[in-house]
Amino acid sequence: MAVFPSTAAAEAEGRIRKPRTKAGRDGTARGPNSRTQKAAYAFIAPIAVGFLVFYIWPMIQTFGYSFTSFGPFGGNSWLGGDNYARVVRDVTVWRALGNTLLYGVIGLVTLPVSITVAALLNRRGLRGVGVYRALYFIPFVTLPVAVGLVWNWLYNGNFGLLNEMLSWFGVSRHFWASDPSSALWAIGLVLVWQSIGYYLIIFIAGIKAIPQDYYEAAELDGAGPVRRFFRITLPLLSPSIFFAAVICVINSLQLFDLIYVMMSPTNPALGSTQSVVSLFYQWAFQQNNQGAAAALAFVLMLLTAALTYVQFRLQKKWVHYA
Amino acid sequence: MRRRTLLAGALAATPLVAACDSGGGASGSTSSGGGGRTTISYGIWDPAQLAGMQQIVKAFEAKNPDVSVDIQVTPWSSYWTTLRTSMRGGTAPDVFWMNAVNIQLYAANGVLEPLGPYAARDRTPLGRHPEALVELYAYDGKQYGIPKDFDTVGLWYNKALFDKAGVGYPDASWTWDDLRDAARELTNPRTRVYGIAAEMDRQKNFYPSIFGAGGYVLREGRSGFGDERSVEGLRLWTDLVDRGWSPPQSAMADVKGRNLFLSEQVAMNYDLSAMASFMHATPAIKDHGGVAVLPKGRERATVIHGLANVVSAKSRKKQAAWKFVDFLARREAAEIQSKGGVTISSYTGTQDAWLRSMPEFDLKVFIDMLDYAVPYPSSRNTAVWEDLEYLLLGAPFSGKGSIESAARTLGRQMDRALDEEDK
Repeated sequence: MAVFPSTAAAEAEGRIRKPRTKAGRDGTARGPNSRTQKAAYAFIAPIAVGFLVFYIWPMIQTFGYSFTSFGPFGGNSWLGGDNYARVVRDVTVWRALGNTLLYGVIGLVTLPVSITVAALLNRRGLRGVGVYRALYFIPFVTLPVAVGLVWNWLYNGNFGLLNEMLSWFGVSRHFWASDPSSALWAIGLVLVWQSIGYYLIIFIAGIKAIPQDYYEAAELDGAGPVRRFFRITLPLLSPSIFFAAVICVINSLQLFDLIYVMMSPTNPALGSTQSVVSLFYQWAFQQNNQGAAAALAFVLMLLTAALTYVQFRLQKKWVHYA
Repeated sequence: MRRRTLLAGALAATPLVAACDSGGGASGSTSSGGGGRTTISYGIWDPAQLAGMQQIVKAFEAKNPDVSVDIQVTPWSSYWTTLRTSMRGGTAPDVFWMNAVNIQLYAANGVLEPLGPYAARDRTPLGRHPEALVELYAYDGKQYGIPKDFDTVGLWYNKALFDKAGVGYPDASWTWDDLRDAARELTNPRTRVYGIAAEMDRQKNFYPSIFGAGGYVLREGRSGFGDERSVEGLRLWTDLVDRGWSPPQSAMADVKGRNLFLSEQVAMNYDLSAMASFMHATPAIKDHGGVAVLPKGRERATVIHGLANVVSAKSRKKQAAWKFVDFLARREAAEIQSKGGVTISSYTGTQDAWLRSMPEFDLKVFIDMLDYAVPYPSSRNTAVWEDLEYLLLGAPFSGKGSIESAARTLGRQMDRALDEEDK
């Protein structure tokens, strides 16, 4: 006999209860293959097919390519683990990994900023909330290329607005986006600036979901606005914060567009700002080394998965589901 | 009912889109001629040259009524990725532009048609094109590309700024010492004018100076960056940055040296002959700009690069494609190209039209330099070590760190990249 008793046997013994079928008005049983279920599958089919074709299948392919020397015009040859060995050996990879993690940390700065702004925007009696929200949201829906170009002008050492403003305070000119010591922070600032609007929407919705009763009770007990924020808003917002933190880290790890737009190939700060994804682009599309690039992409996926896993483990310590 | 029509509509639209797509590609052939006509596609990347190329195509079609040419312009930024993808998919153009960086990669992978036998059969005047260029497009003893145009690098200067500083204009007698002296005298912090743009740019700046110092970039599969002479060539530029006679590279990351020259913030700039039309289009530079041969280091040198026309090995219309490439390699096409003023045609003796198109500049210097021009260095996977160059030389070019150690590191890493090419 099998080690595990079959489901049928378990059912017979009464250990597993058979799902109760709902009887229709005419008395015929309506099994799980009813029309509604078919409709449900029909509805998810477009997304599911798209997901399989455009995400899962390429992922499997990428994994396969990462073990090959990928001919630029076809004809891949098996390499085994060489590509992974190269990824581990290459100094630029480690540098890019370090930069990428730093982008992740800088990206997280967005959260406290967005929460503060969300709390301020949610005050009762504030006029023109819609306008403020729109203003914060506009950078997020603007094309990253446009954002990068505009910020490059602001940062420019020759005629940039930022230097002009800093010169009022006696700060001397600086090439913010092309000096290796400041370029990564310059890009990080744009990253934060650009994504505030997105997290703002999440947090405003989260704050709105907190019952007013709590605030009223706290007010009766004499709690001031700061205390109410830390004792009510923040803990009850923690599920939203957790969600935002996961998304935020993943987004920062995938940073590419800003670097691509803001760093020209002759920018001396290129090496100190390059992220894993921009290195991937360089390997795959400029150096014709798709095999190694695929291996790099897989390393990034593992890193992302690991960080997300850690976040999920840690959430038990600080996220309150009311 | 309504849902069904929507679905049917969506399904019906799909083949329609597909039909439009293929219709677009084929429309060139159907509109321009009747039956029996072969249409070949010609892939190029420079919209500035489109008008000239169209004229050449017209001249070609007049002589060859059985072939018509459909020019496809793909912007430079996506030209090579698009080409590679279309090669895999079998939709690559029959004839297309090739450059030095990519020729060996394409030739080694067998996606280009060897043109030697065709050229021998039709007596294509390869000898009328600069030898260095013809060689650039040969790989493993076979000729894959026929040169189309060429570029050498010259010293552009701003006469108004020279007059203001009381410095004599550059000429063929100039050496690197003259260049340094002039850069010092032309630099004026008060008016924020720099003597020269010491930009980290391989083709227009540090390759010519490496060759001028007697160094090399690539020889027999080894990197020349660790060579003492090469370092000397690089140091010409980093010295100018260190002394403050040129803006640092960080200042030229977003605003190119070329633009600083055009806006009269630098007095001298090494630049390509292909940029002459840009200079000519800028009123101030047209008015008081000039160009001279590159100042002499240990040796006289400049770098030469040019594009070539190649035929795809996967083309199903190779005879027609070759007919077109052969036409492009001859005098008539070269003359049309020169008259356009955008590029110097590589066909010897047809450059007069180009020289005359911008009489304000002494463009003849670009042709004078052909005698000692060194071909643009390239290997099987040039892009890999070219990436390394900018990555590692950025610091010394922005006034941080020594050029010796950066160049030596570059030499080592480039050698490793070259070793990997042979695998």
